[in-house]
Amino acid sequence: MANSMIPAGDFRTSYAADTTIFPTVTSRNFAIAGVLLTCAAPFLFNEYWLSLLIQIGIYGIAALGLNVLVGFTGQISIGHAAFFLFGAFSSAYLSTKIGIPAFFAIPLAGLVTAVVGLVFGLPAARLKGLYLAIATLAAQYILLDFFARAEWFSGGSVPAMAEPFSIFGYALQGDRQFFYVVLAYVVVCFLLVTNMMRSRDGRALVAVRDHYLSAEIMGINLTKYRTLSFGIAAFFAGIGGALYAHYQLVVSYEGFGIERSILFLAMVIIGGLGSVMGTLMGTAFVVLLPEAMEWITAILAGGPIDHALGLKTNITFLREIAIGTIIIVFLVFEPDGLAHRWHQIKAYWKLYPFSH
Amino acid sequence: MNTQLLIQLLVNGLVVGTLYGVVAMSFVLIYKATQVVNFAQGELLLVGAWVCWALMVKYQVPFYAAMPITMIFMFVFGILIQMVFLRPMIGEPIISVIMVTIALSTVLQAAMKWIFGVNPQPFPPIFTSQSVSLLGLQIQTVYVMSLIVSLAMMAAMAWFFQKSKHGLAMRATAFDQQVAQSLGISVKNVFAMSWAISATVSAVAGVVVAVVNGVSSGLSVYGIKVFPAVILGGLDSIAGAVLGGIIIGLLENFAQFVDGQYLHWGNLYEVAPFYVLIIILMIKPYGLFGTKDIERV
Repeated sequence: MANSMIPAGDFRTSYAADTTIFPTVTSRNFAIAGVLLTCAAPFLFNEYWLSLLIQIGIYGIAALGLNVLVGFTGQISIGHAAFFLFGAFSSAYLSTKIGIPAFFAIPLAGLVTAVVGLVFGLPAARLKGLYLAIATLAAQYILLDFFARAEWFSGGSVPAMAEPFSIFGYALQGDRQFFYVVLAYVVVCFLLVTNMMRSRDGRALVAVRDHYLSAEIMGINLTKYRTLSFGIAAFFAGIGGALYAHYQLVVSYEGFGIERSILFLAMVIIGGLGSVMGTLMGTAFVVLLPEAMEWITAILAGGPIDHALGLKTNITFLREIAIGTIIIVFLVFEPDGLAHRWHQIKAYWKLYPFSH
Repeated sequence: MNTQLLIQLLVNGLVVGTLYGVVAMSFVLIYKATQVVNFAQGELLLVGAWVCWALMVKYQVPFYAAMPITMIFMFVFGILIQMVFLRPMIGEPIISVIMVTIALSTVLQAAMKWIFGVNPQPFPPIFTSQSVSLLGLQIQTVYVMSLIVSLAMMAAMAWFFQKSKHGLAMRATAFDQQVAQSLGISVKNVFAMSWAISATVSAVAGVVVAVVNGVSSGLSVYGIKVFPAVILGGLDSIAGAVLGGIIIGLLENFAQFVDGQYLHWGNLYEVAPFYVLIIILMIKPYGLFGTKDIERV
């Protein structure tokens, strides 16, 4: 009992207690149960819902990288989609042109993307705030132009092919089997980041965000950590992109413009800046939002609202409007995102009926 | 070396460049007065152009009436955007403010597609003669018009800031908000006013582009191209923005010439400004005329 609940105050008496991954035994058990339950998903859901889950996993990993950059380090990037795409193309290139099995190609693609991220992160060492936003905006255009041009790498206007994922010579087939690959990566990546955030490097990143002058006085190398966070962000974007490549088996640079980068930012903001689990919530929100809208459209079909707005034909625009509106609403009314809301709900029930 | 083509492209660059300059000017206006980096500047062009187009095509309003109505509409629209979306963000971290304008651009972009469709629409012809001959070059009338309108807007802006009372209030606010407030200037009004003027000027630029190329969602590209221009000129310098715009316009067309004649890479026209942007950020982040108060970190 003593270990399974946090008392009303925050009584952490030892260093180990302060840096533990799971604050209570219950939360650890819930996390393990959650993962085990997700393992059963391929038997419970149909193909369509499974593909949505896979998408949440893939984009969630990429969004996690962005959250390290935006939420933890306080830098901004409007070019995350370009890094995601770079990971996808490099994994496709490594697996088909060089012949490295997909099992090794995915982490390799992450590393290659991390190197590219470090290169574009170099301006971050000197710039901050809006200057950095503009620099990453330029990175987005330059990288996308590179993909359109470099036929040896990305196939130019022809989409690049990727080998299917195989393990010990056994090629995985279909969404049901690929789901476990994504799940494994999600668990590993989220554990990696949670673990990193309680290490010296993770705390240094947060210090850089909160007050960079104090951080520098405390002996944190600003240049190193600013650039490093770009590398980490690009690494996870690359992993996500590589998984995307081996899931879709074809990669094209269509649809990875600035809108996609904004979508990644939306995931992070909706989920909660600086919250690891919030990232997953935000990604689920953004991935499921179009589905919810389709669903509402189907309900309203034929009704007066449908006639007035032309819902069916304009669904893509309505979706964009909804995304933009939700970002603004979250920024104005709930800047800490879904994770914060979730904590409040939990606290309400934990302290019920004496909430104050 | 194809001199004829080069001159044609440079004239083209000058015309497009002055338009970039006008948009950059209205971008800097917002930045200077309210410290907001507006990623939705291009969408202001887009909204203005579509409104003017709808008035002329759907409601058969003649151009001389449609233009003032559009300007009044955009004036109110700018005030509304500032009041509804940006006022709650005062004092928030810069990342949040940037994200709000990015989200705003998504919303406006999609709303315009929703209302007016995705297909580009030609603007009804305004001039009777297609082109005029100038120093042996055939220049389209709309280009001459574009250049004249741009220069007129720049002159009007210069007059506004140098001579008028409101312009003075705006400069005072940009210089120091607290001091301005203590002198009886309503900072709230200045913020709203700067968005209103910026939106109006952008809308005029949008209509000019629409007259030349037709109305389509591609107009919002001007909002992206404004970044190389303002970074080159210096973020808080209006004269710098104008000059930066002209340089970027010329550079783009020169890149197209080099590309088409010698390199044959394709698409250099579109990315060249961004390479320039990165280089400037690396070596001279405050631009040609900007204040050198960027914190080096």
